[in-house]
Amino acid sequence: MSQQNGIMGWINDRFPLTETLEYHVTRYYAPKNFNFWYYFGILSSVVLVMQIVTGIVLTMNYKPDGFHNVNGIPGAFASVEYIMREVDWGWFVRYMHSTGASAFFVVVYLHMLRGLMYGSYKKPRELIWIFGMLIYLCLMAEAFMGYLLPWGQMSFWGAQVIVNLFNTIPFVGEALSVWVRGDYVISDATLNRFFAFHVIALPLVLIGLVVFHLVALHHVGSNNPDGVDIKKHKDANGIPLDGIEFHPYYTVKDTFGVVVFLAVFFAVVSFAPEMGGYFLEHANFVPADPLKTPEHIAPVWYFTPFYAMLRATPPMFGSAFPGVIVMFGAIAVLFFLPWLDRNETRSIRYRSKAFKIWLWLFVVSFVILGYYGIQAPSTFGTIMSRICTLIYFGYFVAIWFISGNEKTQPVPDRVTYK
Amino acid sequence: MKKMIKAFAIALLLPVTAFAAGGGATYPHDGMSADHGNKSSLQRGARNFVNYCMGCHGASYMRYNRLAADLGIPEDLAVDNLIFRVNEKGEREKVGSLMRTSMTPDYGKQVFGVTPPDLSLIARSRGVDWLYNYLRGFHQDESRPLGFDNSVFKGVGMPHVLWELEGVKKAVYDEAGTHVVGFETVTEGKLSKMEYDSFVYDLVNFLDYLGEPYKADRQRVGVYILIFLFLFGIVAYALKAEYWRDVK
Repeated sequence: MSQQNGIMGWINDRFPLTETLEYHVTRYYAPKNFNFWYYFGILSSVVLVMQIVTGIVLTMNYKPDGFHNVNGIPGAFASVEYIMREVDWGWFVRYMHSTGASAFFVVVYLHMLRGLMYGSYKKPRELIWIFGMLIYLCLMAEAFMGYLLPWGQMSFWGAQVIVNLFNTIPFVGEALSVWVRGDYVISDATLNRFFAFHVIALPLVLIGLVVFHLVALHHVGSNNPDGVDIKKHKDANGIPLDGIEFHPYYTVKDTFGVVVFLAVFFAVVSFAPEMGGYFLEHANFVPADPLKTPEHIAPVWYFTPFYAMLRATPPMFGSAFPGVIVMFGAIAVLFFLPWLDRNETRSIRYRSKAFKIWLWLFVVSFVILGYYGIQAPSTFGTIMSRICTLIYFGYFVAIWFISGNEKTQPVPDRVTYK
Repeated sequence: MKKMIKAFAIALLLPVTAFAAGGGATYPHDGMSADHGNKSSLQRGARNFVNYCMGCHGASYMRYNRLAADLGIPEDLAVDNLIFRVNEKGEREKVGSLMRTSMTPDYGKQVFGVTPPDLSLIARSRGVDWLYNYLRGFHQDESRPLGFDNSVFKGVGMPHVLWELEGVKKAVYDEAGTHVVGFETVTEGKLSKMEYDSFVYDLVNFLDYLGEPYKADRQRVGVYILIFLFLFGIVAYALKAEYWRDVK
């Protein structure tokens, strides 16, 4: 038991406050050599907090109402414009929330790429990766359901297309999609249940998963750009020689990183909240109309790589089900990465040329898929999407073979500062 | 109905679904840039809007007094010159009311085939360039029910409301006879071409303001945020450098 006096002593006798703080923050030893890529973890938690806070404020005036008001405008759409125009600072909070959704995916994609580059998914960090992937899945569901809430044309038709994917599942598909929507079309019933998931169910799951992600991380310790195990070399007190306390060293460093991120973030919020139609689509400024299909339906940019795969997969027996399998398979396969990559060398710095080439092919194909997922379908786009889909999946096959017998460079004993 | 929806949904899923492209360059094809700082242009645009558009189109997310305050119009002048609608009680709308149209949605649909859309957000969904061209793209076409078609929005339900100002023009087609490539004047209007263009510019500038009345606010606030973050960033960097001096 603690020997402290005063308030801290009183608390520590009843709750492990100091112990917890030391374990997770002040005595958590992180490698000294974190580089640029190690900002994106903290940035995703900053965005998460921002989304929760702005989300709570938005909920105070938003109404999930799919029925028309006296002016012939759906209640949900009208309430968003009410927030934008009549609630004090409402436009600011809403633009923060809408920009935050895109920012979330920007930082999460970069965070995941960091993991791929430095082998952060490898033993003993497999569970961190799994929790991270579950966070990513949850985040996609959160973003998808949130996008329906403004009840614009793109909200409506985007949701219509995605929910109809369930239709393609043999035998149970149709019943399943009706069950998801609560109706035969996207309607007020769908809007209300998506609202419930978006503001309560998924955020709860998301926060729980983030806690698991961090607990697992602090249990095994952080990886680093060299992929060396800093716990191998400890001083007399059992402190890793290449480690430094997370607080104050990384808290001050991350503060600076967060400031730079916020500068970019608020520049977008203030000067380009629509981001040329990529963050807020133009067609979404028209209220949802079930009788009028927009000319071109595209999901928001962060889903487009998977959407491109869906469109690029040729239908079989007149069913788009293979495309759906490919699309979800593209996410599912990531879960198995820790076991597909059999090489023990973590960091890309010491891995073979073949691995490096494949990783960058994978990244480039993902970006190209994202581009063609936004564009209206074209012959050339379909061919490119097909090639890139093959490369995307090819990465996981290639990594299995490459890592089986890979010529790696020797990993240094201690961290370096490249 | 259920079957129709299903067929429709499946059609949507097909990756081969061809989308009707906006289709090449339409005529006219000019660009314009909105300027919310130009108050007199916005005031003229507001005048044009309430006189020529609000008979059929609402701006039902906007209030008269907000418009008056933002555009620097004294409230009594706004009441006298901008409010024409009579409410359900038979009184003129109050200055704090939403800018609703007098036409009911059902009546609009009966007359034009579609309910004239609310214009509060039209500049955000269509963009100012499109609106600027659209309002200058009406031409005579006897085959249309109201005698006019539009070169930017073919088969539009809206008649040429501004014909009195612009005059009446005829379309000149390309060799294939499908695309409008120019116009020929049939009857002169009250305004010259230049005056009409600037009339439309003011109107579209106003529509852009209507789409995002807080645009000036967000830009102003953004400058302060960035100045603060820049200063805070210097402090944060200095703090980081101080702590990290001994590391390595």
